[in-house]
Amino acid sequence: MVALEAARAPAGSSPPGRSRGMTLRGRRTRVAYAFLIVPILFYLAIRVYPTLQAFWLSFTVEGSPGLTLANYSRMLQDPIFWQSVYNTFLYTIITVPIEMALGLLLALGIDRMGRFRGFYRIIFFLPYMTSIVAVSWVWRLIYARDTGLLNEILVGLGLPAQGWLNDPDQALLSVAIVMIWQTMGFSMLIFSAGLNAIPKEFYEAARIDGAGGWKMFSRITLPLLNPTIVFLAIIGVIQTLQTFTQIANLTGGDAMGGPLHSTASIVVYMYQQGFESYDMNFASASTVFLFVLILIVTLIQFRVLNRGYKL
Amino acid sequence: MGRRRTALIATLAAIVPLVLGACGSSGSGSGESGSSGDGDQQVTISYWQYTYATKVTEIKKLIKEFEAKNPNIKVQAEDYPHDQFQNKVFAAQKAGTGPDIVNIYNGWVAQFVKQKAIQPIPSDFMSTKDIKDYYVSTVQPQSGDGKFYSLPIAVRSLALFYNKDLFKAAGLDPNKPPQTWDELVADAKKMTVMTDDGRYKQEGFGWNVSGQGYHTFEEVLLRQYGVTPFSDDGRTVQWDSKPGGFDAYQFWMNMTMKDKIGTPDFNTDYSTAFLAGKAGMIIDGSFRLGDMKDAKFDWGVTELPVREAGGMKSNYASYWTNAIATGVSGAKLKAAEKFLKFLISEDVQKDWLKNIGEIPAGKSLSNDKDILDNAQYAPFAKALSYAHTTFFVNEDASRNAFIDATNESLLNNVPLADSWKKLVASQQKVRDDFFGK
Repeated sequence: MVALEAARAPAGSSPPGRSRGMTLRGRRTRVAYAFLIVPILFYLAIRVYPTLQAFWLSFTVEGSPGLTLANYSRMLQDPIFWQSVYNTFLYTIITVPIEMALGLLLALGIDRMGRFRGFYRIIFFLPYMTSIVAVSWVWRLIYARDTGLLNEILVGLGLPAQGWLNDPDQALLSVAIVMIWQTMGFSMLIFSAGLNAIPKEFYEAARIDGAGGWKMFSRITLPLLNPTIVFLAIIGVIQTLQTFTQIANLTGGDAMGGPLHSTASIVVYMYQQGFESYDMNFASASTVFLFVLILIVTLIQFRVLNRGYKL
Repeated sequence: MGRRRTALIATLAAIVPLVLGACGSSGSGSGESGSSGDGDQQVTISYWQYTYATKVTEIKKLIKEFEAKNPNIKVQAEDYPHDQFQNKVFAAQKAGTGPDIVNIYNGWVAQFVKQKAIQPIPSDFMSTKDIKDYYVSTVQPQSGDGKFYSLPIAVRSLALFYNKDLFKAAGLDPNKPPQTWDELVADAKKMTVMTDDGRYKQEGFGWNVSGQGYHTFEEVLLRQYGVTPFSDDGRTVQWDSKPGGFDAYQFWMNMTMKDKIGTPDFNTDYSTAFLAGKAGMIIDGSFRLGDMKDAKFDWGVTELPVREAGGMKSNYASYWTNAIATGVSGAKLKAAEKFLKFLISEDVQKDWLKNIGEIPAGKSLSNDKDILDNAQYAPFAKALSYAHTTFFVNEDASRNAFIDATNESLLNNVPLADSWKKLVASQQKVRDDFFGK
């Protein structure tokens, strides 16, 4: 993209249509294609082809010829699969709204600050820039039942120590908290940009008309942030539907997605089938399921969330 | 404009061949090594193992030695991280760039055979009888079809590591580690320190499932309670064939549930807790000896406990073993055989013990005085005569099923009798899945 822009700028300043009977537009397109051909080939080879291959694999069984639905019927009968699907939905429902709400709150707060604005932005954005693996392991130590910081604090305050990642009832929430903590900085940054794009005149006009703070927020800020909200919701949902790294590092080592599959997501399930049991055909079936799921959810989101975006 | 476009084309001209070249070179590389076998005297074979610093260094040294003796054979050593190793091998084989000799865990052999990734040891090189005669009894085919697919250099067994400083602090004799399981529980209780609300500050015994814990249960406790864990063909789980099975399970689970001498997640895991001086005892393999060099406390290592004094001893053995990949034939196969023969020689076994800390797998060295006189090696070496190697069909799945079943009781308060039933059934299912029942 950047290269394309660079090539375009000087082209406009030279007399058009002189070289070898090509139009300016034609030449620009050709330059664009020349640059794009490598990434496109690369993309086709390492993204599109394996994806199609996975579709194919999911309808076959190792060692027997012909297409079959055996992988899918086995998957749909596996209670652990359904638990993973349920968990994945929980992750999405818990983390996406909360991290967006917190991100907006932070963005609004920081927006009002005069000095140190950049400093606070960096502080809240830092978790997002940090490696998920490192963050997960630090949180794992914080959550540790016997020696963890969190329980030490709770006990210090006279509250009972909790099981956190050890407790099947709390483990998913514990993982979700890490995910929220890490992504809310990203939401904040995008919201900040969205807020900056809203013309200040709107607020001035509203204030003259006697609008209060809440009214300005609900009638000006929120509607004008709609594109940002749509973007964050879609990105957030896709990310959480694909959650793997946090779970693998917070609960891995023993049984990933544990205890008792209470934190397993669809991707964790797929990983275990593919890379612990080496049943690629079966694992492909869960990948296809996830693909279709993300496709449907994203299409619905586009429909629902874009509806309000008209001024 | 003209200059800019020239620059652009020049850049493209530079990049495209680079990218294409990168794609092409991997393909041509494999072709080269594939064709080197025929006619030409010079043969190149590849050896893959997982990344374990001391082993990687050791193999490189051994290869130099081997190449000096066999100038017409070149061995290329490659290593990949443990958790990606199997994927890497299977993927590379599908792409035709896999290894000629691959070093795998004994628990993976059945899975590799099923994936048709490795071939049986050629009988004109070493017959099944030759192999059985050559090795201690813990070296078993592990393949499900009775054939040997691999040859190890060394074998590992388990022993009880104990922290002498913590023994002293608890008023125990640091030179009298427990001999029986009951003594172990009693000693561990004295070393366990807990907060008022039941959180561990120090554990007496590094009780765990996912580490060596479930191996200890399967091959040591079950056998000492009179149960042979699996049928000879490896298809049937026999844990509940006798009442002793459940007794063993109850005893083992009560170590953490009732006796409260340790818990799986304390201080990350049992070995980290022990190395940090926060666990009185752990059961672990000889490979842990290397880490113990850095221990900041006085420690000892001894044979695993028995049920009562003079009772039956048992132990769990495992090993990393060298297999020839499927499709290796002709001059390459002969070269691979030569390299294997070198790797399993007595000299290499001794060298391996010195540098890696794993006990020689050859029968000829099982009574070696140097080993039995060494206080650190002796408990492991002695154990080899009564150790058992589990025949795994899918080690990850077995372990996960084990963790899940025990967690039912540990976390969800399910009665032991119920989680026991679930445990046995889930272990059977892993085997049924593998054998396609």
